[in-house]
Amino acid sequence: MKHLRPVNRKAARIDETASLMEEDVVALQQAPKPHVPMGCTLSFSPGWEVDAAGGTAGLCQPVERDIYDCYVTCFWPVQVPDHVNYSPDWASNCAVATKDWRNLDLVFP
Amino acid sequence: MNEMTTIPSGRYRLGEMHEFQAGEQPFMYLVSAGAIFALDEGAHAVLRRLEDESLSHGDLVAALLESGYSHQDAEELIRELLFVHGIVSDAMSPALAPKPETPPADFPLQALVLNITNQCNLACTYCYEFGADKIATPQGKPKFMSLETARTSVDFLLRKSTGRQAVHITFFGGETLMNFKLLREVVLYAREQAEAQNRTIGFSLTTNATLLTDEIIAFLSDYEIGVTVSMDGPPDLQDKHRVYKSGKGSYAVIEPRLRKLIESHKTRAITARVTLTNGVTDVIRIYRHLKDDLGFHEVGFAPVTNSGERDYMIDDNGMDDVLSQFHELADEWLEHALRGQMHGFTNVSETIGELLQGVNKSHPCGAGLGLLGVSPSGDLSPCHRFTDADTHTLGHISTDIDAEKREDFLSRGHVGAKYECQSCWARPLCAGGCHHEAFVRYGDTGHANLHYCDWIREWTDTCLRIYGAVSVQNPQFLERFAARKGLS
Repeated sequence: MKHLRPVNRKAARIDETASLMEEDVVALQQAPKPHVPMGCTLSFSPGWEVDAAGGTAGLCQPVERDIYDCYVTCFWPVQVPDHVNYSPDWASNCAVATKDWRNLDLVFP
Repeated sequence: MNEMTTIPSGRYRLGEMHEFQAGEQPFMYLVSAGAIFALDEGAHAVLRRLEDESLSHGDLVAALLESGYSHQDAEELIRELLFVHGIVSDAMSPALAPKPETPPADFPLQALVLNITNQCNLACTYCYEFGADKIATPQGKPKFMSLETARTSVDFLLRKSTGRQAVHITFFGGETLMNFKLLREVVLYAREQAEAQNRTIGFSLTTNATLLTDEIIAFLSDYEIGVTVSMDGPPDLQDKHRVYKSGKGSYAVIEPRLRKLIESHKTRAITARVTLTNGVTDVIRIYRHLKDDLGFHEVGFAPVTNSGERDYMIDDNGMDDVLSQFHELADEWLEHALRGQMHGFTNVSETIGELLQGVNKSHPCGAGLGLLGVSPSGDLSPCHRFTDADTHTLGHISTDIDAEKREDFLSRGHVGAKYECQSCWARPLCAGGCHHEAFVRYGDTGHANLHYCDWIREWTDTCLRIYGAVSVQNPQFLERFAARKGLS
């Protein structure tokens, strides 16, 4: 952090968490300027399952961000794993999507 | 779809904190974490702006722009302060305060306090074990711990401390040295048992020093046994309350013994623990005598525990006097620290150790958690202060901890269960204060010690300012307190 200097151990741990998060999750509209990932689109709708290179590594957001729309209620036919037939356990390690989304993995057929 | 990427709207206000200053440098002590941050000018400006009113994001940014900060700085300041909860937004629901939770039933023990006798050769008028406010009910129970009970206690400690490499035994009384014969046996036995498991065990004892002999001192030094001496100061103050049953004072008896102890026992720090009472509030004079004349390494002070109706208790004026002398010693502590020297005033050193870690206590101390007391009969209690009190037995050494009673004790004592503590910024360190003191004063171990609140806050603020000053001018010095842990 730039404006707060940790001076005890607990503060140092908070500072560490902050710096980890800074590099971990960046919102597209986060200041100072919009973050537009290379090779990606600024579309806010799900379903863009491949990036410009034809892979998944460069997607602007992980497909998991729409887990409840796409995986359970299925209003949008995005390519998340099929929980009815082929990947019934896909989300079993993800009890709370906001906390556990890192546990969701991609499935390669 | 894109709400998640927008900055939360709503209004900002200050989070729960205590601000303090050391020199020109402003700091904040964050209550939800026990964290201490030094603030730059911008962060300080944000807090000042939100001191009297809440502001929307736009208004706060505008105010910062007006004060000459760039847009980027303003956004960064807000983001950082939000992250550490230095400011909060009413649009973001705060994490739910955790409900008091019972520790797991197998929470490993760290230390036992063995009351190896409940007998004492002194008759200090203010004693919590024998005085007017006693809660012990020793009638019909053993007066001295047997070797069998002591060995069972050692086995119990080693068995119940799974996962801990080092454990600790404190010997206590009564007057501990009235059962020195047993103490020696226990040390030898415990060392042997711990070694067999490839673990270490440390020892300490509290004594009134009247029974120290050359032989005992040599043993304590050889086996690296920490010694705390209960004493109240120079002759006129020591002999006021710390007397034999005949009324004779104890100073003349202990003085030559103390000098020998301090001269010969070099393996551990020797500390004095002073009880402040009505008329015994001369903190500076007591400190000088114990530290400079007698040579104790450290001296700690605490006002006498009492029900609030005793003639030996300190009244409010007396407490003010005590505090102002505490501050004088605290200033001295800081001067020493800035020169890189240790000062012997325990009350500061203990708090600095806790501030360095950023402790945020669920309970005021380890009683009933990592620490238990054992009475001469083998009854378990939350700590030595509850020894032999039928109302507070937590099981027996030969059977086990009474899980239900322990749970009741710990749920009462949890800081989350103390209503008055919820709005106090000092609760991460205090957690409501001593369970025993609360029981004597209010009849409930889970009652916050309200008679101390102002005093605790003032003292914590003093220690924070010392901590801040050292963190700016001699930060490496603080590392010396990293391994410090108190058992009082």
